[in-house]
Amino acid sequence: MSTDTQAAPPAATPQEGPVRVQRKLPRYAPFGLFAGGVAVGAALSALTGFSVISTVVYGVVLGTVAVYAASRAVEGRRKATDRLVTSLVTTAFGIAMVPLVSLVWTVLDNGLARFDGQFFSNSMYRVVGEGGGAYHAVLGTLIITALATAISVPIGLMAAIYLVEYGTGRLKKAITFFVDVMTGIPSIVAGLFAFALFTLLFGNDFRAGVMGAVALSVLMIPVVVRSCEEVLKLVPNELREASYALGVPKWRTVMKVVLPTAVAGLGTGITLAVARVVGETAPLLITVGLITGTNLNPFDGRMATLPVFAYYQLTQPGVNEQAFLDRAWTAALLLIILVMALNVVARLISRFFAPTTGR
Amino acid sequence: MKLRSSTRALTISAALAATLALAACGASNESDDSNSGSDGGGDTQELSGELVGAGASSQQAAMEAWQAGFEGEYPGVRFSYDPAGSGAGREQFIAGSTAFAGSDAALDDEELAQAQERCAGGEVFELPNYISPIAVIFNLEGVDELDLSPATIAGIFTGAITSWDDPAIAADNPDATLPGTAITPVHRADDSGTTDNFTDYLFQAAGDVWTSEPDGEWPLPGGEAANQTSGMVEVVGSVDGAIGYADASRAGDLGVANVAVGESFAAPTPEAAAAVVENSPAVEGRGEYDFAIELNRLTESADEYPIVLVSYHLGCITYDDQETADNVAAFMGYVISEDGQAAAAENAGNAEISDALREQAQTAVDAITAG
Amino acid sequence: MTVTKAPTEPPAQQRTIRRPGDRIFAGAARGSGIFILLVLAGVAAFLISEAIPAFTASSEEIPGGEGLGDYVWPLIAGTLLGAVIALLVATPLAVGIALYVTYYAPRRIATALGYVIDLLAAIPSVVYGFWGLAVLAKQLVPFHEWLDDTLGFIPFFAGPASTTGRTMLTVGLVLAVMILPIISAIAREVFGQAPALHREAALALGATRWEMIRMAVLPYGKSGVIAGAMLGLGRALGETMAVAIILSGGAGATLNVISNSSPSTIASNIALRFPEATGLGVNTLIASGLVLFVITLAVNMLARWVVNRRADFSGAN
Repeated sequence: MSTDTQAAPPAATPQEGPVRVQRKLPRYAPFGLFAGGVAVGAALSALTGFSVISTVVYGVVLGTVAVYAASRAVEGRRKATDRLVTSLVTTAFGIAMVPLVSLVWTVLDNGLARFDGQFFSNSMYRVVGEGGGAYHAVLGTLIITALATAISVPIGLMAAIYLVEYGTGRLKKAITFFVDVMTGIPSIVAGLFAFALFTLLFGNDFRAGVMGAVALSVLMIPVVVRSCEEVLKLVPNELREASYALGVPKWRTVMKVVLPTAVAGLGTGITLAVARVVGETAPLLITVGLITGTNLNPFDGRMATLPVFAYYQLTQPGVNEQAFLDRAWTAALLLIILVMALNVVARLISRFFAPTTGR
Repeated sequence: MKLRSSTRALTISAALAATLALAACGASNESDDSNSGSDGGGDTQELSGELVGAGASSQQAAMEAWQAGFEGEYPGVRFSYDPAGSGAGREQFIAGSTAFAGSDAALDDEELAQAQERCAGGEVFELPNYISPIAVIFNLEGVDELDLSPATIAGIFTGAITSWDDPAIAADNPDATLPGTAITPVHRADDSGTTDNFTDYLFQAAGDVWTSEPDGEWPLPGGEAANQTSGMVEVVGSVDGAIGYADASRAGDLGVANVAVGESFAAPTPEAAAAVVENSPAVEGRGEYDFAIELNRLTESADEYPIVLVSYHLGCITYDDQETADNVAAFMGYVISEDGQAAAAENAGNAEISDALREQAQTAVDAITAG
Repeated sequence: MTVTKAPTEPPAQQRTIRRPGDRIFAGAARGSGIFILLVLAGVAAFLISEAIPAFTASSEEIPGGEGLGDYVWPLIAGTLLGAVIALLVATPLAVGIALYVTYYAPRRIATALGYVIDLLAAIPSVVYGFWGLAVLAKQLVPFHEWLDDTLGFIPFFAGPASTTGRTMLTVGLVLAVMILPIISAIAREVFGQAPALHREAALALGATRWEMIRMAVLPYGKSGVIAGAMLGLGRALGETMAVAIILSGGAGATLNVISNSSPSTIASNIALRFPEATGLGVNTLIASGLVLFVITLAVNMLARWVVNRRADFSGAN
């Protein structure tokens, strides 16, 4: 509503006329109308047994209708549609906030109880019942996720570059298509595949963090390719052509012009891909299992990871159930914080390295 | 661009340094290598190497206790247990990727043959080391105690009995005032040993009402299904009129029904569960150290509770190398010891094995060798 | 240098590779693409080889005793039903969110709002599962009853309404929340990239904000939104833990989304059954995984076809 700067008095003259005298609702009228709608909604909700949910639902619907009707009467159809869409879009955002707030509240409410020093400095080694921590699982998750990222990002990014910059004909079609197919691999199948692959190569009793990293990579690569491809496509061809015109080789054009231009989007895409796999439980369950101590070597032996740790603490608690549930929720909280931190890092990277765009 | 790349290098090296700093220090509870908890071990030799097991997730809480106690006595052994599931546990054991398995069901004949092959052609041990009574849990406002006969339970879970004031339930509970709440029977959505034992009980004790073969997967279509024991407890706890089945230790605030045995009703106590296991006949035609049992669901003794989950430990009597044999023997020895059983009972709420079972298991543990 | 090239050749795409740097880079890019194909072939080979015993076995040996078709069919129905609900709910919402963040929200907080939505992607699926079970399902019970009472004549809401709320509808909504950040992040990215010249031209001609978006932003972002929706669909189809925890599944195929007897989904069924499965049971589960694979393939073919009917947007021209 920031565009409605000058509030013209709502005149009663009809709309049509060769000279467009835009008549507008007073600046705060939409808010007032919306609030009125919400108030009526609350009253309606009170009639049918008051609840916060029905108040909000009725209120938003009535408020939107009120704004639309008033705008339609005073400002005409086009402006009214614009206001309607504004309401709808804002509501969409509001709707998305509901589960988020509820989720974060649930996790915070349950997870803060054990969010203490011990949780970060201790493993579950020789811990029975209360106490203990997730130090081993945090490191396990960091190592395995980092390894999966190290495998997926170069392959995924290069494949995206191939698709956008080089790809022609059948191979391009095949890769595009099969990358889409790969996004549909159920996570547990990826785990089974990694498990089968490594037992084939190194024998039956081989277990290592790298198995989990490979399983996660199978899930991560298509997400990286798909989002990077989408972002690279958006780099204007003028930039490439300008670079070629200066005699810059194609690969340097990609490295110095295309990638830096797209770096913000690439960062988002890769972060999303990491977020997609960092909370995966099923494939890690099959491949890296769970141990109580710390193992920092991803090429030998089982490792603990946060999602698997949380899953077992939640689903297989002992008699002292609260201690297990507290650890589980704290692990979940930690996972969320971890991914948020990754997000922030990705944003910082894109802020530092993105070229300032002209407009 | 020069400035940019130096910034980048700085950022990366800073991040790297932070990671290394974090990784350099171990978990604070691992660094002190005092085994303060158990210096009574005395004459046990120092063991080393790895001991890897996998299998039933039902044992997970008990296994944590066993692991903690075992690592206290033998800090040199790297122990791990994958709660991957009974089926996966048996398969990994047969494939030779683990030294022992935890399983909610004994090996079938085909698996037994494969397992013997894996054990250098030798014997296999199956020890019923984890015993847990399965409680019939319910959530009914105003009702705290409930007696149920097998036929009534079967009727409720097949959907024949739909209301809590049904004459069949009233007949089992002549003194109770039952509300007319609708019954919501809840079963496990996942394939589980708990369901297997529960349906086996219904099939044997109320065969004319419950006609489906016992299975780890709930055999009837439809109805309310919950994932894992925690999901079961959550769902039963959230719906008035719900009834389900779960490890007795997990019942919490929910009502626990007494189940008819003979003329009386038994509660799912650890003692009653251990008693029924001790008095159940062994599976016939098994090896000397194979203590798989055929649970006696039709017990008439008021001291025994018939709905019990028995989870086994499977392993070889003869292992290829000495280290594994020593480690397995030491671990199993600890598990069946009074200390081990008490530690598990404290953490997992399972029933401790009786002395008779312990003696029987000890013969198997003593026989474990390498060769 | 490059002016010697034939003028008829488009400069970017068909340029011949001459320099060693170019050759190496192009080779690496091409190799990565081929490597992805190999990985997928590996997964497919693994799935097929493990699934074959289930296809060749007699129907009595398959769990359920009715053959593979009867075993997998309800799972397919459940998988599609849940994913379709999720997509129907999430796509419009995600587009709305993306528009809000890119064009409606106050500039100063828009980026922050973007982070906030990304936070939804950060939550592990196990947590979604427990939240769905403990919070959302309970809240939705009255909604289920209302649907049963007022819209009961539609097969989807035939009822009887579940008393726990652990239904396909709840699962669909949770899946929608899970895929929301995926779709909206990509939509946001492409909407934000809509050419400023087009937007400003539209505004200069007197278009309202919505008209500007409809004319200059949406056409530009369409393929991105579809791509995002497909990524989201892939996640919804394959989501395992959350569905396994929330859904009261295991019944036959039905369109009824509000009763407590829903079909399970393929992925959650694998997660629920796999740990305790042995022998042919494992093969059957993997065969169902193969079916999911084929479904994704079909869905993606469809989506590709839809996208390709429009001219490819590459670059700003």
